[in-house]
This record gives sequence, C-alpha cells and structure tokens, in this order.
Amino acid sequence: MNGHRPEYNYAYLDEQTKRMIRRALLKAVAIPGFQVPFASREVPLPRGWGTGGIQVTAAIIGPSDVLKVIDQGADDTTNAVSIRSFFHRVADVETTTDTEAATIIQTRHRIPETPLKHGQIMVYQVPIPEPLRFLEPRETETRQMHALNEYGLMYVKLYEDIAKYGRIAKSYDYPVLVNGRYLVAPSPTPSFDNPKLHQSAALHLYGAGREKRIYAIPPHTDVESLDFDDYPFQPQRFDSPCALCGATDSYLDQIVVDDNGGKLYACSDTDHCRRNHRLEHPDEDEA
Amino acid sequence: MYVAVKGGQKAIAHAHALLAKEGRGALSVDRLSVDAVAGQLPVLVSRVMTEGSLYDPDLAARAIRQSQGDVIEAITLLRSYRTTLPRLGYTRPIDTARLTPQRRVSATFKDIPGGQQLGATFDYTHRLFDDPSDVLGDNLAENPQSMPRVTDLLGADALLEPDHPEVWDDPEPGDLTTEPGLFPMSRAGRLQALARGDEGFLLAMGYSTQRGFGNSHPFAGEIRVGEVEIEIDVPGVEHPVPVGRIEVTECQMINQFVGAPGAPPQFTRGYGLVFGRGERKAMSMALVDRALRAEEFDERVVAPAQDEEFVVSHADSVQAAGFVEHLKLPHYVDFQAESSLLRRLRSDPSNSKNSVGGAE
Repeated sequence: MNGHRPEYNYAYLDEQTKRMIRRALLKAVAIPGFQVPFASREVPLPRGWGTGGIQVTAAIIGPSDVLKVIDQGADDTTNAVSIRSFFHRVADVETTTDTEAATIIQTRHRIPETPLKHGQIMVYQVPIPEPLRFLEPRETETRQMHALNEYGLMYVKLYEDIAKYGRIAKSYDYPVLVNGRYLVAPSPTPSFDNPKLHQSAALHLYGAGREKRIYAIPPHTDVESLDFDDYPFQPQRFDSPCALCGATDSYLDQIVVDDNGGKLYACSDTDHCRRNHRLEHPDEDEA
Repeated sequence: MYVAVKGGQKAIAHAHALLAKEGRGALSVDRLSVDAVAGQLPVLVSRVMTEGSLYDPDLAARAIRQSQGDVIEAITLLRSYRTTLPRLGYTRPIDTARLTPQRRVSATFKDIPGGQQLGATFDYTHRLFDDPSDVLGDNLAENPQSMPRVTDLLGADALLEPDHPEVWDDPEPGDLTTEPGLFPMSRAGRLQALARGDEGFLLAMGYSTQRGFGNSHPFAGEIRVGEVEIEIDVPGVEHPVPVGRIEVTECQMINQFVGAPGAPPQFTRGYGLVFGRGERKAMSMALVDRALRAEEFDERVVAPAQDEEFVVSHADSVQAAGFVEHLKLPHYVDFQAESSLLRRLRSDPSNSKNSVGGAE
C-alpha cells in the first residue's frame, strides 16, 4: 500500500464532473444572474478558499489557455500564487500576471482595472452567493423570493441605512440587478468595481463551492447597482492618488509602512500599478 | 516596488518545508508507518473514513500521517482523492441483520436473542494511564454469529414504527456527492449528510435534544459493531456478487412518541451508521436523525437540532473549517472598503452616536 500514489485527471477534476459543471455554466449563462445548484466537489484546497472558482476554472480550462489568478487584486498574494501553481501543475497551462494576455482570470474580491476584452473570462471565487442571505438565512425562503422577483427586503435594508446613516452603508458585495431580473451578489468585490460589470465585454462566471451554486453575467448584459432616485448609487472614491504609480482611477489598498501607524495608499491591482509605473517612469528598472 | 505582507512562491515553499520538518519530529525516532497508524489508531482511522466517505483504512491512515494528526485535514485529503474516482456503480444495500457482531448491546431489553455482547469498548474501563503491555490477552469472542436486530423484534409487537411505510416504492436514495442536495431533503439525503458530518457537531446537536432543545426521550435500542458483506449486481450474473467486507457501527435509537393525527402512539426511530468503530458518532447521528424527523410526526420545530437547514448546512467539517479558516486570507480590499465607509460615517456629525452593523 505504501507504494501506490494516486493519479489525477487533466485539470484535476474527472471528465464526468467537468461535464456536470459545464452544464451548470451553460444554464447560468442562459439565465443571467440565476443561481444554478451544482454538485460541488472537493478540491485539494480548503473550502472557502476558492473551491468554487477552482472548479469553474478546471471545467473550462484547456492547454491553450493563459491563466491569471489574483487575490485582492494582486498576483502575488499567497492564495493567488498557490492556485496559479495548482493549475500550472495539473493543467499544464501557461500563466501570466498581465491582464491583457490572460484568457481566464480567476479572482477573489476584485475586478482588474484594465478594461476586459471580448473573449476573456472572469472566474470569481464566491463565499456567499445569496445576496439575501444576511436578511433571510433560509435557502428555501430566498429561493422563493428570487422566483417571485420579491426584492423588497433588500430595498428596505438600503432604505434603513439611509434613514440611520444618511447613506447606504454597504461598501462591498453591493447588490446588483442583472438583466433587469435577478438580484446578484457580485461576490465581495468593492462597490468600486460594480460599474465594470455593466455591459462588460467579458464573460463573468461565479463559482461558490461550499454553497454549491454557479451563476453568470454574460457579455453585454445590463448590471445595475440597486439605488433610489434621490439616493443614486455611489461607488467608493479615493481622495489621493496611488503612492506608487500616481494612478487616480484605481482602487487603493491601505498599507501600513512603519511602527508608528504611518500609512500610504497604493493600487490593489498590482498589474495595473506596475504598468502605470512603467509609463510614468520609463527609464527606471522594475524592482 | 514595496509590497506589504504579500508573499510569493518562495515563502510558500519555505513554509511547506518547515511544516514537513515539524511533522517529522525527532530524526532519532522511526517515522510512523501507515500500518502502525491503521493498526494502532483504528478509531481515528474509522472517523477519517466515515467523514471522508471512503472506506480505505490504508489511505485513511496515510492521510492521518500526512496531516500530522489533524483530523479535518486528513478528511479533506481523503475526500479530495475520493471525488476524482469514477463512479462504477452502487452496491446493494448492506444488510446489518446479517452482520456478525463483534459488539452488540441493547439498553432497552435485558435478554435479547443472541445475548448482549460487550466486545471492544472503552465502557467500564477505568480512565487511568496503564501500561500497554499489560492489556494483551486471549480474550477474543468465539465464533461470532449473526443475530436479529432488536428493532426487528420490537417491531413484531407493533409498538415500533415499521422500517418503512406500508406503501413504499423504495426510491433510489440519491447521492449527495454527485447531486447538489436541495432543501428540503429526503431522509436518505439527510442521513448521508449526517454520516459525513462532524462528530463533534453531531455530538453537541444530539446532546442538545437530551437537554430539552427538542425533546426526544431516546433509548439506545441497539448498537452493533461488526463486519458486513458488500455486494454488487453484475450484468449477466444472476446473484449479487460479493466484493468485500467492511466494518460498520450501527445505532438504532428508539424514541417515545405519543401519537399524532394519523399515527398511533408508538416508538419511533432514529438511525446512525458509520464506518469502522464509531459508536459516539453513530449514537449522535441517530439522535439528530430522529430530531430532524419532527415534521414527519407533526411535532413543533422549536430547537436547532430539529431544523434541517441549520443542521445539514453546518454539519460538514470540511466546509466549516474551510470557511472559518479562510479568514486568514487577506481581506485588504473589503477591509479597506469598510474603513473608508466608517471614516465617511464618522465625518458626518449627525452619525457620531451611531455605529454600523458588523461586517459580513
């Protein structure tokens, strides 16, 4: 027994499982924003660490793909590195950090700043696919609310925020209405990223492994962030530019730089930041 | 370029090397063999097989060794391998009445046909540190033979709800590992989820039903442990073909029930079945199974253990551990989003006394 080491299929998942996931994906694309239940499998990473995204990527990836993996916008965070090397190992696929060169971009919590192109696929790792979950914990109830297009509860929550705080107190995972029909959790991306989903040229696939749901936003689909006429949706803004590249159009991470609470703000999208930096300082070598 | 707490390939490689070193212990001590784990930690192996949904003591032992004794890690390892295996078919239902019990006890009847058989149990041991060399002896049960299930005996007297309703088409139970499993679930689906569920969670849930959170008045009708034959149907062969034996622990709980419209006062059942020796888990599972049948018996659903969505959604240790531990992953982006929201709220003087609800 000590001798046999198990073998794994191309891209880890067996072909039957891939077919099952592809069927779920097709259904998800056909009904934008609808959460399709799928028989989520175990993958060799802990659940909650991107197993839904990994299964979606494993089901669509082929040897000619170029894969980019980001976590919090960055290519070099440990989980992104780990998932990238996983696919490099099991799918023998070329990987990149360049947003424009990627055919598949698996992500956690961010959409790249570089505009996505036709033919690119975004794969999101989703922790809680149900936008109504924290208003109604029961699956049986929320399923019915979606079926009946009954989203009053969410509007009431947003209204209560305005009544209490003077603004909508939701800064990430800000709910969107897809194709005028289904309420969708954009995975916990910051609301800063919501406008990028509207009429995007790319295909957006969402995989929630632990919760066993897949949903999609096809290219060129209307995606509206919920709001009120007198309180229009406002994505986050930043008062200062990126301290590293000077970008004023990107989402910024706060970085603590010393022991005295000193901090600076820098792009969370490391690829965007590097490219910007190179444009601003063409003669500097990359560190 | 400045990158804070973002590690790369190298950091991961170093961390894994350190992990391997920590797990190896002193080099002067022999590396634990898989046989030693399988042979000397059989209860642990049973648990990993049960919650890993794969009966393979060697692979489970290997998983335990590789995970340095982290049970949930070992279960994850086993399941991640299991899920890639092709499904060649399903066995016939095992017949636990034909099981030759290594252990068999009933708390409801003093004398049962076949007798009580204590078998290998920690019950009645004094929990004092002993010298392992003292306890070896020739005390094996002689020729165990199959015995009828106690619940079958009680059923004959009509005090116990039957195994299945009179009109019953024996539906296929489904397979949680190949289907999404939507709520509400069938009892078979629920039992699968409970069998894969975390022992500690089920223990606590079962315990809660004994303390008034969903009254169940349980009795351990029978607990039996032993090996049972596994058979499959092979096309072209008339009889089922035995493919091996597995050890299982089965628990049938018997619960008092005073009756409801359409159902006479009778004893009802909860069922638990696990791989290998896992009595505590089997008993807990049976308690929770019965509690989850509340609606079937028109009982008021008032306690967590009676709530199918609550129990089934949170029983799986692999899912629970993954999601709890994912909090270790960076959350710079969401945290940043929350802090800028807090700053904006604070800068508004009318909000000075308010606070925003917790993060998701």
